[in-house]
Amino acid sequence: MSDKVTNIVLVGVGGQGILLAAEILSETFMLAGFDVKKSEIHGMSQRGGSVVSHVRYGKEVFSPMVPEGDGDILFGFELMESYRYLSLLKPGGTVVVNDLCIAPPSVLIGQEQYPADMALKIQELFPDCLLVDGQNLAIQAGNARAANTVLLGAVSKRLDIEEKYWIEAIEKMVPKKALEVNLKAFQMGRGLK
Amino acid sequence: MKEILSGNEAIARGAYEAGVKVACAYPGTPSTEILENTVRYKEIDSSWATNEKVALEVGIGASFVGARSLVTMKHVGVNVAADPLFTLSYTGVNGGLVLVCADDPELHSSQDEQDSRNYAKFVKIPMLEPSDSQECLDFTRLAYEISEKYDTPVMLRTTTRISHSKSVVTFGERIDTIKDAKLERNPAKFVMLPGNARGRHYVVEDRTLQLSKDGVSLPINRVEMRGTKMGVITAGISYQHVREALPEASVLKLGMVHPLPFDLIREFASKVDKLYVVEELDPFIEEQVKAIGIPVTGKEIIPICGELTPGRVRKAFGLPENASSTVEKLPGRPPNMCPGCPHRGVFYTLKQLNAYVSGDIGCYTLGFMPPLSAMDTCVCMGASIGMATGAAKVLPPEERKKVVAVIGDSTFLHTGINGLMDMVYNKGAATVIILDNRITAMTGRQENPGSGHTLMNDPTNEVDFELLCKAIGVKNVRTINPLDLDECRTVIAEEMERPETSVIITDKPCVLIKREGVFKPGAPLQVVDDACAGCRACLKIGCPAIEWIPGSGKKGKAHIDPLLCNGCDVCSQLCKFSAIKEAK
Ligand SMILES: Cc1ncc(C[n+]2csc(CCOP(=O)(O)OP(=O)(O)O)c2C)c(N)n1
Ligand code: SF4
Ligand code: SF4
Repeated sequence: MSDKVTNIVLVGVGGQGILLAAEILSETFMLAGFDVKKSEIHGMSQRGGSVVSHVRYGKEVFSPMVPEGDGDILFGFELMESYRYLSLLKPGGTVVVNDLCIAPPSVLIGQEQYPADMALKIQELFPDCLLVDGQNLAIQAGNARAANTVLLGAVSKRLDIEEKYWIEAIEKMVPKKALEVNLKAFQMGRGLK
Repeated sequence: MKEILSGNEAIARGAYEAGVKVACAYPGTPSTEILENTVRYKEIDSSWATNEKVALEVGIGASFVGARSLVTMKHVGVNVAADPLFTLSYTGVNGGLVLVCADDPELHSSQDEQDSRNYAKFVKIPMLEPSDSQECLDFTRLAYEISEKYDTPVMLRTTTRISHSKSVVTFGERIDTIKDAKLERNPAKFVMLPGNARGRHYVVEDRTLQLSKDGVSLPINRVEMRGTKMGVITAGISYQHVREALPEASVLKLGMVHPLPFDLIREFASKVDKLYVVEELDPFIEEQVKAIGIPVTGKEIIPICGELTPGRVRKAFGLPENASSTVEKLPGRPPNMCPGCPHRGVFYTLKQLNAYVSGDIGCYTLGFMPPLSAMDTCVCMGASIGMATGAAKVLPPEERKKVVAVIGDSTFLHTGINGLMDMVYNKGAATVIILDNRITAMTGRQENPGSGHTLMNDPTNEVDFELLCKAIGVKNVRTINPLDLDECRTVIAEEMERPETSVIITDKPCVLIKREGVFKPGAPLQVVDDACAGCRACLKIGCPAIEWIPGSGKKGKAHIDPLLCNGCDVCSQLCKFSAIKEAK
């Protein structure tokens, strides 16, 4: 096992299920035999604020926080929040982002506008960027609520971890009745180029 | 067994393994999940107290009759619990007592950034500081041993990045040598009258000296020699950042941050060419090292405000920072009250009435945010009422009428009730609104004495706020439906006019309460496009379900997201064009 620590940053809006996705990632890495640390601020997460979660794994991980400019993958659940936290990524890092805009309060009340061309701007800075239509793929898998699992599948493809550990973690963390749909959603994400 | 646990989950596990019988707390980020996890162990009696002082007193009571007890709170909670804590240092314990205090450097969700390590020194008790979840578990167990061996309460300090970070933890077993609680009287030790306390003070001073000596060989204070050029003294989360940013440095990792093992520090200092202290917030270790005459660099380079990160440590040591992309300025995304939150209409009304809002802490503090923008002060839990009394004492009559205190149910029962008693007693003339949403919402919906359930999910007595206010002498007590804007406006305006204390209680629940039958959502509403005149009246309440859709060329229109709307009906009361109707 190399000493390299892999850094993943998950970003989005409170209530989108980011914390659960971060749990599944962490569980997978532990099952695969790595040291894992995960850190997030979730005091206000329920009330629609911006949410960031850091997940790091490797032979030995010290700080639970991804050092600025050291992120390998940015796992984005919403476009503007993904753009906001690009500074955490290292040059040439990978972005997997949900093709979704959620208006923040100032946009809702018509004071500001949602910034234009977020996806394009992300791609300009990070050409290795996969834009995922999470919602539609999840509907195809059987439930719109499985969008995060589609994204997770896409992220999994970009990490050198055996598939069985992902499946095992999903089976452990996702409620029984939603399992089938989620496993399907995961595979759809994994199949994305 | 191995699992990924947060620091808080690991502390709960450690308490369980240490044979703790009683766990008591008042919720507060980032400490709350500790009790939400001890409650999973049937061997532990876990409860929410009305405030931190009471929580500690419950813990002390259990300790004095021989049981191991755990008390947890956020950093500012220690301010509330400080009175019993100082004297507990003198009495010492019977069963071990551990007070977990969770600090919040960077103020992720707090009103200040106080460094609670100062309490350990001020109160003269040992403090342990874990660096990851495994240490949270191990140090909790150790804290009980130290507590009983040295006859002292022990503080365990975490920070947000310890409490809310997860890492891999190996479990142990619950110890089975725990003695049973039984009445043992020992007034010379437990009755702190001057005659007894005078003698105990000597005991406290000796204890601190002894702990400082014994700390030299305490395994959790450890030296990691890597080279002799540079030595860093550090503790807690800072240790991890140091290992990340300065992998070559030798480290003295302190697991016990008070009292300091001075002989170990001297020895470490003598082995390295240049000595540093890397610690978040105050120069707590640094000043004590300097006081024993050892030259050391600390706050000259390490920031005193905010949390540390690997990047900030690198920067402090003049190391090149990682290249990273800069992005354009974006609209912020602050938290907002939920769609259908019962607090929203009250703040809209207070803004309309141009009230001077003496605020307090809870979800309703979000009433400060635009577009509601209806909060003028917020200091600490329970402060709103006393501050309203003070302002009303000195303002001219016309301005006095504007003074309205707003306070949540949990906050009122925490420390607001004393303020109200004072207001009545001293004939204060202000309006107090108790926002009773049936739960302690801000910290993740914990039960409280007004909610009718305990942490262990037993049905229990419910405080009757109306009766309570009357019993302490408030003559004007009225209950209103906060989702009815006319009623809000009429009643609040009338009570603001009254030249004496009045209390208004709101009676609609938080929309996130999960308990069956408490919150019932209404049918979702929609904006009828043709009828919407684009007047923006409904945007003034800042409901996250309502979005302004700018029109091309002409006026825009409002839109309601049916998946987010909870059908509270507040927005439709603002629409003069009857454009907001039940969705079909
Ligand atoms: C001394 C202290 N303890 C705990 C907290 C954390 N805290 C902030 S608000 C709050 C509870 C608010 O509940 P409530 O008053 O019922 O208002 P709600 O959030 O339900 O609107 C708590 C526990 C704090 N800020 N200060
Ligand atoms: S959690 Fe409850 S009290 Fe807090 S904003 Fe949401 S509805 Fe309001
Ligand atoms: S009824 Fe109006 S104010 Fe209430 S939740 Fe729905 S959109 Fe928001």
